[in-house]
Amino acid sequence: MERPLRLIAANPLDALARTIEGLLVVATVPLSIEELCEAANESEERVQTALGLLGERHREGRSGIVLEHVAGGWAFRASRDAAEACARLFERPVQRGLTRAALETLSIVAYLGPVSRPEIARIRGVAADSAVAGLLERGLIAEAGRDHGIGGAVRYRTTPLFERVFALESLAALPRLDDLGEDVDAIRDRLARVAEQRSA
Amino acid sequence: MVVRELELDLDAFEGPFDLLLTLVLREELDLAEVDVAAIVVAFVELLADRETLDLEACGEFLVLVSTLLELKARALFPDEAAELADLGPEEAAEELARRLAEYRRMKEAAAWLAERLSDSRERFFRLGPAPLAPQPERKLAPQDPAQLAAALRALAADPPQVSLAHMALRFPPVALFVERFRALLQRRRLFDFDAEVSGMSRVEIAVAFLALLELRKQDEIVINQAAPFAPIRIARVDVERSSSWNVRSA
Repeated sequence: MERPLRLIAANPLDALARTIEGLLVVATVPLSIEELCEAANESEERVQTALGLLGERHREGRSGIVLEHVAGGWAFRASRDAAEACARLFERPVQRGLTRAALETLSIVAYLGPVSRPEIARIRGVAADSAVAGLLERGLIAEAGRDHGIGGAVRYRTTPLFERVFALESLAALPRLDDLGEDVDAIRDRLARVAEQRSA
Repeated sequence: MVVRELELDLDAFEGPFDLLLTLVLREELDLAEVDVAAIVVAFVELLADRETLDLEACGEFLVLVSTLLELKARALFPDEAAELADLGPEEAAEELARRLAEYRRMKEAAAWLAERLSDSRERFFRLGPAPLAPQPERKLAPQDPAQLAAALRALAADPPQVSLAHMALRFPPVALFVERFRALLQRRRLFDFDAEVSGMSRVEIAVAFLALLELRKQDEIVINQAAPFAPIRIARVDVERSSSWNVRSA
């Protein structure tokens, strides 16, 4: 019986996926689509498709290496199964957590950045010097120019490391500010009620 | 209950309340760094543990904390205090509500981040400096040995003679003036330099002056000038005097 001849040829997309895999292993920061296209010398569409293929291969439960879209790019991380073993050998970038002051300062910089220390202090009602210094040291925020005018205060913004540590695809992945906290009206009503009680 | 023994555990300070007050008053601790709300919380927690309400302690605490708050407000918002004072009660309440809302949103955002951080406890990834970028390769155009030879030949050729025409200042010889002054002094014992060189070019005057210096060096003349820029007078040295000087110095 005659069988149809099966051609064994390397799928070109598969070759591209392997190339991207190699690039991501060497990289220490997430690589953007543009960087991947340039290094692989391929179109964005094909790189996206190859990333899809890679994501399927490198996912939780299937591989010890997991592909993730983080900080505006693509990167590998260890799977959750490997976390316990990793913890015995390696420290995480924010191992000991962050104080409440640091987290509040970080939120302000993430939402309002570039923002200066006096502005942070105005919002929190507490000077932000030590919190800012701690975040700078951890590499979660960085200087981003100065306020206008002579001797303007240094302004800060969050770094790609911040997005990576908090597993954010970008700053746009933060919850909308409008969805957080009470709105101005609710607080004003509450103040008004207190005032009424006092005058009554 | 003694208020000053209230134990505090704040970001900026850890210890009893009275020590905190002492440090603030001595300006060794910046009040701006102190979270006053946390002090209130600590006190309220302490109150909750008691069976009875110690009114005296509460009063003392209120006075201390309100003073702290006022000091801190003045330190934090020196300019804004004036700004708010200009507002009417309605507007001030509005502004206060706006600020409270802003802070509350940031507090919630911080809580969201904290949760996110604890969720990502199991995320391990590689960190480090980026690998070096490749150096751009500097490519040479295809080369021809004949071109190199031509370039070397051009270098080996004698450079064209540099023209010094523009530097051709014509100096009359010093000896000419030396002879001329000697002849003059044969006829006259004394002459005026300016009168002698009037009408000459700058270069000639300069050379004539060099001739004077030469004659002075030879001890043939005496040069006199009463004051700077005054006429220079030249006199013949008496043969007698010059020889007597020579004898004495010999």
